[in-house]
Amino acid sequence: MQRKMKESDPILEVQNLFASTDNLPILKGVSLTVNPGEIHAIMGRNGCGKSTLSKIIAGHPSYSITSGDIKFSGENINSLEPEERAQSGIFLGFQYPIEIPGVSNLEFLRVSTNARRKFLNKEELDTFDFEELVKEKLELVKMDHAFLSRSVNQGFSGGEKKRNEILQMALLEPKIAILDETDSGLDIDALRIVASGIKKISNAQTGIILITHYQRLLDEIEPNYVHVMADGQIIKTGGSDLALELEKKGYEWTDNFVKET
Amino acid sequence: MVNENLVKDVVKEPYKYGFVTDIETEKIAKGLNEEIVRLISQKKEEPKYLLDFRLKAFKKWQKMEEPDWAGLGYKQIDYQDIIYYSAPKQKEKIASLDEVDPKLLETFDKLGIPLTEQKKLTNVAVDAVFDSVSIATTFREELAEHGVIFSSISEAVKNHSNLIEKYLGTVVPASDNYFAALNSAVFSDGSFVYIPKGVTCPMDLSSYFRINSGDSGQFERTLIIAEESSSVSYLEGCTAPMFDTNTLHAAVVELIALDDASIKYSTVQNWYAGDEKGVGGIFNFVTKRGKCLGKRSKISWSQVETGSAITWKYPSCLLLGEESVGEFYSVALTNNLQQADTGTKMIHIGPKTKSTIVSKGISAGNSINSYRGLVKVGAKATGSRNYSQCDSMLIGDQASANTFPYIKSQQPNSEIEHEASTCRISEDQLFYLQSRGIEFEEAISMMVSGFCRDVFNQLPMEFAAEADKLLALKLEGSVG
Repeated sequence: MQRKMKESDPILEVQNLFASTDNLPILKGVSLTVNPGEIHAIMGRNGCGKSTLSKIIAGHPSYSITSGDIKFSGENINSLEPEERAQSGIFLGFQYPIEIPGVSNLEFLRVSTNARRKFLNKEELDTFDFEELVKEKLELVKMDHAFLSRSVNQGFSGGEKKRNEILQMALLEPKIAILDETDSGLDIDALRIVASGIKKISNAQTGIILITHYQRLLDEIEPNYVHVMADGQIIKTGGSDLALELEKKGYEWTDNFVKET
Repeated sequence: MVNENLVKDVVKEPYKYGFVTDIETEKIAKGLNEEIVRLISQKKEEPKYLLDFRLKAFKKWQKMEEPDWAGLGYKQIDYQDIIYYSAPKQKEKIASLDEVDPKLLETFDKLGIPLTEQKKLTNVAVDAVFDSVSIATTFREELAEHGVIFSSISEAVKNHSNLIEKYLGTVVPASDNYFAALNSAVFSDGSFVYIPKGVTCPMDLSSYFRINSGDSGQFERTLIIAEESSSVSYLEGCTAPMFDTNTLHAAVVELIALDDASIKYSTVQNWYAGDEKGVGGIFNFVTKRGKCLGKRSKISWSQVETGSAITWKYPSCLLLGEESVGEFYSVALTNNLQQADTGTKMIHIGPKTKSTIVSKGISAGNSINSYRGLVKVGAKATGSRNYSQCDSMLIGDQASANTFPYIKSQQPNSEIEHEASTCRISEDQLFYLQSRGIEFEEAISMMVSGFCRDVFNQLPMEFAAEADKLLALKLEGSVG
């Protein structure tokens, strides 16, 4: 992949994307552009296609693109494997992080960090150097070192799983982070920790997409754009005030919107 | 599944050990009858008691029927179509390793088992068995200084006949089962280990079994005796060339541990497994058993079974001595059309005996992988304990896994625990790892080695790393 691009070029461009799973259409023409430094929020009822959009960007094999394009740093990534996308800097924070019995969290984090570093032509870290790095990042999410010796997400509480996602994000230093309902199921303290983790990685070069139902995360992290999705389309886009209005009026308010093109 | 195409694209690593060594061999005619048994014994210049042992076993075998209780599906074995003795031709008496045919040395070199003085592995003594005979044993003098005997069983018959006569067939009697009887009649070579009283064997001992000939069976026999308060760690490795015919391998292993002795027996079995369509591969019908004869003696089996078209193998422990301990740690991996029926028998006879069983079965492709085990606690085994854990992992949706635990207890004052689980590597788990930049194949092997961790921890260090790699190799291209 060529990586000669201007600072101002979009990080992610989703262009009129149609996608389905088991021949069932889920996305029906989604377009979205994320420029460096931007924070986007996507809201919408359950089942509107928000999670599907995030999984398709990350390359989940259960969904197939029927038409349209996903471009990352100007390159079409429609046919890239999930690991290639991740290595090049796309991060998906899972709504329900997956448990992997028997695989130690530390080893998992190290292998994945090194996969990203290899892509960036950075030196891969041995166990000792990685320990140093991970210690520093653990503080960010206020996680105890003991988490590292446990199996990936196994027996973690909901909040611990989400913090583990933020820890991974902090280690991988992605160019774009898509966080799928990372805020759901968190108590106020955990929400603050997660929000501060997101803020730490957010800078002028990275893009962030927050998929959420709640204003409370957006109180912590103010988005530049808010998109409302319904039935596989983005039906309305606005500024951060759109989220506030949505919170006040509920999704019913959006039922009468027609797709804004 | 979208992954299917990806998987098919992955270049499959061919079986690394599938080559044939072109070497002149001495083979006897195909077929099995009393004359053949006598001929084998005669070639090996055996004493009369051994010939009698063979003949008795042969008579028993003739009256026995091939077992079918494991429900394994394979083409009827024609026992008259097998060569029962095949040996590379070399000089009668070999004074040193340097006189071994260079082709044989080269073969073992290629297998990663260098034998020559300059190159031999440092901390492991090796007995290299090629088809029917042992061709070399390293570090013999060093071991002899400690009184440890490590040689081929044929040599032991000549040099330590008293020990052979005393112990051979005492753990696995000739009439034990069909394949043990066959082995007892025609066994050609194998390893012999004797650890004297109070000696901790100064290095790991290892036998490497190589099948080279396509039409001969391999029937090796291993006997390990650990005297009072001695201990030894023994490793066994196996490979074979790729033939489109099936080769029969029917081995017998007997272990004897006296008071306070301990034997650790580890196997990495990587016989040729046949191709994706199930053509060729080794039929591995093996009887392995250890006798904890002495008080507080311990026998520990660990095995990583990845090869063979068919594996039929139940390394077991007879726990006779008071407070003796039996252990069985197993990883069995099957892919394509492989079938594995493996497990253990822990027979608690003495009081306060203890056994642990940890079995991990991984089935991929269209393979069948079964754990079959027996825990038996006899009337005198008061205060005995067993813990069994049998886990199965399925990869893909065409593979199958079974667990058949048999438990028989005649002793109310004993504890038997059994845990079992089955899991499947899910697409979501794979996607999760991939979405963190971890390659598809690596993601699978991470999960598989995580699954096997409890067993790998029991293997000698060098072996554990090798086993990990071997599993990854075997699984390449296995997920659809």
